[in-house]
Amino acid sequence: MDVLKILAIVGSGTVLLLVVELIRRGRLKERYSLLWLFAGGVLLVLSSSRTILEYISNLVGIYYPPSFLFLLAFLFLLLITLHFSVTISGLSEKNKRLAQELALLRQEMRELMLVWTDSKKNMNE
Amino acid sequence: MRTLVIVPAYNEEESLPGVIRDLRENVHLADILVVNDGSKDATNRIAQESGVAVLNLPFNLGIGGAMQAGYLYAEQRGYDIAVQFDGDGQHLAGEIQKLLLHVREGKADLVIGSRFLDQGGYNTSVFRKSGIWIFSTILSRMLGMRVTDSTSGFRAANRRVIEFFSRTYPDDYPEVEALVLLHKAKLRIVEVAVNMRERTGGTSSITPLRSVYYMVKVLLAIFIDLLKK
Repeated sequence: MDVLKILAIVGSGTVLLLVVELIRRGRLKERYSLLWLFAGGVLLVLSSSRTILEYISNLVGIYYPPSFLFLLAFLFLLLITLHFSVTISGLSEKNKRLAQELALLRQEMRELMLVWTDSKKNMNE
Repeated sequence: MRTLVIVPAYNEEESLPGVIRDLRENVHLADILVVNDGSKDATNRIAQESGVAVLNLPFNLGIGGAMQAGYLYAEQRGYDIAVQFDGDGQHLAGEIQKLLLHVREGKADLVIGSRFLDQGGYNTSVFRKSGIWIFSTILSRMLGMRVTDSTSGFRAANRRVIEFFSRTYPDDYPEVEALVLLHKAKLRIVEVAVNMRERTGGTSSITPLRSVYYMVKVLLAIFIDLLKK
């Protein structure tokens, strides 16, 4: 086994274990872990089996098979960050709605308080 | 017709009292709503003490989010007409009547108060002027009508537009984009000549440096709007 191979296996294995552990502790929601697990899994398989890696690299026309690993890892990261951007967009829209609803509720509350203090005053008189 | 004047305000403690006074003196039979967009100064307190309705946003949403909060209020409370009126004092309450006339007659769903329709007397920065020119040219083509003041925040909307904006309103620099959205929704827009004042206090959200960013962003946004479903 060459060093690069060991490095690749340890690298992708660590990512997988870390993601699983984060899910187990409830720090990472399953919804956001799927891409990570998939990326870690694919990279682990490709780094442990030279034949598969070489076969695919040949197919795509990459002369140095390990660079296919880098390409794949890069693409996965790109996909994951894109996924984050989509998620953030959704969250900021929801966040905006919440802020607006809160402001509307505050005003309704203010009006109710005015009516309430008025009626209390009238009852005391 | 029940009319609401929406006044978005971000750090406008200096100009807000004057704006509210102007509205009270010159606009009759309309309710006033100040939307405090997470100001760091006394805007909220001044608005509340003046006795108008206030939407106090917990943090700064930007003019788009603040304006939409106002439209949500108008939608929920069944207003027939909503007027957008800046909190920085550049709009004149006496000019609102011109906008309202057109909405009441049903000539358009959204009426824009334009500084440039009649005379070119309004002074603004060269950056902003060239930006406004570019938007006007592109928008006029896109909407099939002459738009002279697409960035004007002085507008009056009927019930259909109120309902539309409470569902969808653009975020960062919404004035131009909102027109494209309305046009796509087959709502009618018309411009009316109005006078405006130079700013009385506070700072504009658009500095010369940001103008370029503003333009690129808005142009991108309106082209994306065209592609959207």
